Amino acid sequence: MTPSHAVTESTLTGVGIGRGLAVGPVIRMPDPLPEPSDAPSTLTPDAEKVRAAGALAATAVDIRLRGDRAGGSAKDVLDAQAFMAEDPTLRDDVNARIDSGRTAERAVFEAFVQFRDLLVSMGGYMGERATDLDDVSQRVVAHLQGVAAPGVPDPDHPFVLVARDLAPADTALLDLEKVLALITSDGGPTSHTAILAREKSIVAVVGARGALSLDNGEIVIVDASTGVVTIAPSEAERAAAEATLAERKAAPEVPVGPGAMADGTKIPLLANLGSVDKLTEAVEKGAEGVGLFRTEFLFLDSDRAPSIEEQQAKYTALLGAFPGKKVVVRALDAGADKPLSFLNDEPEENPALGLRGLRALRAHESILRDQLTALANAEAVTEADVWVMAPMVSTVEETRYFVSLAKELGLKTAGVMVEVPASALLADRILADADFASIGTNDLTQYTLAADRLLGSVASFQDPWHPAVLRLVGEVGRAGAALDKPVGICGEAAADPMLAVVLVGLGATTLSMSPAALADVRAELSRFTVKQAKEFAELALSANSAVEARAAVFSAASSLTSSTHNRTESE
Amino acid sequence: MAERTVTIASAHGLHARPASMFVQAVTASGLSVELSKGDKTLNAASILGVISLGIEHGDSVTLRADGDNADSVLDSLAELLTTDHDA
Repeated sequence: MTPSHAVTESTLTGVGIGRGLAVGPVIRMPDPLPEPSDAPSTLTPDAEKVRAAGALAATAVDIRLRGDRAGGSAKDVLDAQAFMAEDPTLRDDVNARIDSGRTAERAVFEAFVQFRDLLVSMGGYMGERATDLDDVSQRVVAHLQGVAAPGVPDPDHPFVLVARDLAPADTALLDLEKVLALITSDGGPTSHTAILAREKSIVAVVGARGALSLDNGEIVIVDASTGVVTIAPSEAERAAAEATLAERKAAPEVPVGPGAMADGTKIPLLANLGSVDKLTEAVEKGAEGVGLFRTEFLFLDSDRAPSIEEQQAKYTALLGAFPGKKVVVRALDAGADKPLSFLNDEPEENPALGLRGLRALRAHESILRDQLTALANAEAVTEADVWVMAPMVSTVEETRYFVSLAKELGLKTAGVMVEVPASALLADRILADADFASIGTNDLTQYTLAADRLLGSVASFQDPWHPAVLRLVGEVGRAGAALDKPVGICGEAAADPMLAVVLVGLGATTLSMSPAALADVRAELSRFTVKQAKEFAELALSANSAVEARAAVFSAASSLTSSTHNRTESE
Repeated sequence: MAERTVTIASAHGLHARPASMFVQAVTASGLSVELSKGDKTLNAASILGVISLGIEHGDSVTLRADGDNADSVLDSLAELLTTDHDA
C-alpha cells in the first residue's frame, strides 16, 4: 500500500500510533461548556435556588450511579464528587450569589471556581482535586441548561472516541475495554493521548485535522499503520478491514526474542519504566533490560528526598528482576513539567529553560550524592548491569562533573542524556568523557523546534520525524560509532516502529520504549537490514518537513516489502 | 454540647477516601457537626470544607455536636478519624 497522504473527502490523515486497525462507530467527546453569562437573572432568587438545588441533587445521584457501575478506585473518586455536588457550604455560597442577582448557572459556576482556586492554591494533592471540581461544576451547569453533560462518553457499545485531545483526567474514567480507537484533531505523537495509546496498545491516530467534523454514530476505519481514517467506508472497504482484523487475530504473535535487523544486527530492545509496578509486563513482553528507569516516583508527593536506605530498597527490587541485564537509571529529573518542592524552590518564567535536570541536582548536590550512593549499594547486592545517566546535560563540563561524581561513588558506567541540541552538536566531545549517550527525543524535539511540549497550540511542531531533530540524532550516532560508545534512544520516537528503523539508520544501538510498544518495534526492525535503515535515514534527512520525511520513508519501505511481504492482504 | 479532640491516623491525612467516608458518616448521623483545626471551624458535612482544611496525618482536630445522641455520634466519628484508612 502506498501511504495514502492524498486526502480525499472521505479520509482524514494524522499520525498513527502503533500498527493497529479498528472499525466502529464514532462517539465525540463533548466540548466543554462555555462560561455561563453573568447577566442578571430574570427569575426570582427563590426560583433560581430551587433550580440550583434540583440540579445539584440530580448531579449527585447521576455521579453515584456512575460510581456504582465503575466500581474500584473510580468509585471512590466519583463518590467524593457526589459529596461535592451535595456540599452544604457550597450550597450556601450558591444561594448567597443567587441572592445578589445571579442566575443559578452563574452562581454554581462561580461557587465552584472559588473552591477550585482555593484547592489549587493549596497545591499538591489538593490541586489535583481541582479537575474533579471542574467536572462536577460542568455537570451541574449542563443539567441546568438541559444539555449533554461534558466529559468522557460511556455508551453501552464499543466505539471510536473522537476528541480535540484527551487530558489525563478524561482518560482516568475512560472505559478502555469499549474504546476501539482514539482519533484526535490536535496533539502530536508525544501528546498525552499518544502516550496513553502506546501504553495501553489502543489504536490511535492523533493530530488528524478535520476530526472534529466527524459525527456521532458515523462508521470509520482507523488504520494506525498509515495514519489514515476512512469515513463512511464502502461495504467492500469495511469487509476488507474486518477480514484483516480477523487475520491478525488468528496470526501467531511475533515471537518474543532479542531485537535484531533482517541482517542479524542486534538492536537490544529495552523498556522505559517509571516504577517497579510494570516490571512483570516488561519482562513478559521480552524487554532485554531497562533503557530508562525514571526515578521521580520515589520523590513525588514528598517534601524531602527519601533516605539512602529507602531508595536502595526500591532500586534493589528493580535490579533483582534483571540479573545479568542492563538497567539504565536516570538520576532525578525534576523541574519543568514535574517540579519538586525541595529542588525547585524559585518560581521560573520558563521552567523548561530553567534550573532543571542535572542543573537542579547540582544545585542540591547532597540529593544527587544520596541517589548515586543508593544505586551503587543496590548494584553491589544484585546482578544487574547498572548504568546511570544524568538528565538535561548541555555542556562537556556538566558531562565531566556527572561522570566523575558517579565513578567516585562507585558506579561503573555513567553517561548522559542528549536532550539539548548543544549536546547533540558536541556529541563527539561529550562521548569522549561519557560512557554512553541516551537520546531523549521528546525534549530534543521541544528544544530543537523551540516549541513547549506541554502547550497544545504548538503541538504540531512536536514531531520527532522532523529532519532537524533527525540530523541531531545522526550527529550523536556518528560520534558514538567513531568512539565505539553506545547510543540509545529513550523517547517516544523509539516506540514508533517505522521511526525506530530510521533511528537505527542514524546510528542508534539500542531502543527503549513503553513495554506495550516492544512487539511492534521488534517486528518492524526484523523486516529491514541496517543498509536499508541507512537509506531510509538519508531519505528522511533530505526531506523538508516531518510530514515529508514520514511519507518518503513509508513509501520506500512499502516498495521494498511489497514483493516479499504483502501487508495489505485486502487488496 | 459534646466535644472530642482526636489525632488523625490515616497516613495521607483527611483527603480523598478517608474524607468521603468521614463526610458520609457525618451526613448519616443527621446531626449538625462542627470540625475545627487550629482556629478554623466549619460544617463537618462539607467535603470541600474538610478537604480545604488540609488535615494531615498526626494533626489534632476537634469535633463538636449538639443533640440527643451527640455523644455516641462523636464517639463513632472519633473512631473513624483514629483509624488508618490508608493502611
